[in-house]
Amino acid sequence: MRSALVQFFQAGMLLLLAPLLAGFVATCRARLQNRRGAGVMQPWRNLRKLFSKEVVMASHASWIFRTAPYVVFTATVMAASVVPAMLVDTPLSLIADVIALVALLALSRFFQALAGMDIGTAFGGMGASREMTFAALGEPAMLMSIFVISLSAHSTNLTSMINHTLNSPFALHPSLAFALVAMLLVALAENGRIPIDNPTTHLELTMIHEAMILEYSGRHLALMEWAAMVKLLLFSTLIVDLFMPWGMAVNTDAISLVQAFGLWLLKVAGLMIALALAETGMAKLRLFDVPEYLSGAFVIAFLGLLSFYMLEVGA
Amino acid sequence: MSDTLVPQLVDGLAALMLLTSFALLAQHRLLSVLNWFAAQGFLLATTAAVVAYGTNNHELYISALMALLLKGLLLPWLLWRVIRQLHVHREVEPLMNRTMTMLIALALTLFSFHIIQPIEKISHLMTRDSMAIAMACVLLGMLMMITRRKAITQVIGFLAVENSLFFAAIGSTNGMPLVVEIGIAFDVLIAALIFGLFFFQIRDTFDSLEVDAMHAHLIHKDDDE
Repeated sequence: MRSALVQFFQAGMLLLLAPLLAGFVATCRARLQNRRGAGVMQPWRNLRKLFSKEVVMASHASWIFRTAPYVVFTATVMAASVVPAMLVDTPLSLIADVIALVALLALSRFFQALAGMDIGTAFGGMGASREMTFAALGEPAMLMSIFVISLSAHSTNLTSMINHTLNSPFALHPSLAFALVAMLLVALAENGRIPIDNPTTHLELTMIHEAMILEYSGRHLALMEWAAMVKLLLFSTLIVDLFMPWGMAVNTDAISLVQAFGLWLLKVAGLMIALALAETGMAKLRLFDVPEYLSGAFVIAFLGLLSFYMLEVGA
Repeated sequence: MSDTLVPQLVDGLAALMLLTSFALLAQHRLLSVLNWFAAQGFLLATTAAVVAYGTNNHELYISALMALLLKGLLLPWLLWRVIRQLHVHREVEPLMNRTMTMLIALALTLFSFHIIQPIEKISHLMTRDSMAIAMACVLLGMLMMITRRKAITQVIGFLAVENSLFFAAIGSTNGMPLVVEIGIAFDVLIAALIFGLFFFQIRDTFDSLEVDAMHAHLIHKDDDE
């Protein structure tokens, strides 16, 4: 019972904190560039504004265009609530399988791309085709890097993977380092952050994610943007879960839950600061270099797999 | 502490070694190839020092020092000077698509793992796990030699093969006798010096460092006769 409550709290927190976190990254970036920034609450203010605006739609928009924001939002929130954030063993942990997780994200991406093409503008189609091209390269890299951990945990279930990491003694694992690097590279690409896509630009030649949702307005746009923010938090929670789960609550007593919550916030905030630093330091890649970037991530993840077999199985 | 930490460190260094070999293949610019090559030299020196500490083999400390000076500093510096004087720090032009090269490299790594696995089983050294990686690095260096057009990158590939052989020696036998190592070190140094001279000669004769250009030049001469 108690763990079900924690599960709801966790999912609610992911939803509520996601815009704050997006604001936090934007503020960090602004500070790094000697600007004041709009503040941590700005994404929330944007969402409120968008929700109160009316929806403007093209006359030939079909039902796909209208339902896509809800599908995208629901799939992303579903994926986010499955990922354990504070408590390792939640009622939903049975379905907390990484393959299901990637499938949920793929569903959301599929509808996003469909909606981009549905409206029939050039930008929507262009954004959709780019997104799908990069997704086809990014997804295997992401799965491969998660499989490195699955191999030693003998499971693709997130809860058992976290339990395995928590229970195994501390040791240097080169394979995990490879997997972490690959995962970070993929996370940057999947969330449309700077070396791949710039989330703040509407410059027509370079945008990917923004091009797909260009025709949306009002609450539809709000849902799409909220989903993107939840996805960022989802990826950072996933990275925290897989690579540094220390401090997560194993049982549901209040002290360990509060501690786990605080630690989770700290770790995610640390990742976000690293993201802001990386985004300030890097320039956007040429679009045609992105496949090379993603195949590089795949190669690194594969090296993780190989070094697991070479160095850690026999040892 | 050293019972578990040293093998782990060696494993980690071996993984980094594999990473540098892949990075050498993946680089666009000649200078970054050189940086990775220097990093590989430093890694070798560190590995030798760690293995020396783990096995209490004092001769290996000297090897480590030699690797550091020669492969980490002197050779990269020599090559860097050649690159600067020849003005060739533009992009590396591979013969093959980069993704294709990477896939072949992965296949080679798998292959060497497959080959080494039975040998690993009969070894009792603490560094036995790194043998497959050393073998993979040798193959990757060779791959670099055959997929590059410029003579300089081919030479860096050759030196990377030599690095991996040194690594293999540390991994499989805990270091060769010091005399042999000093001999090899001097051979490599002299080879690098001679290569450096060759680069200038090649450029003077053929106006290019591309290996294809030499071939074309020879065909051209045949036509004249």
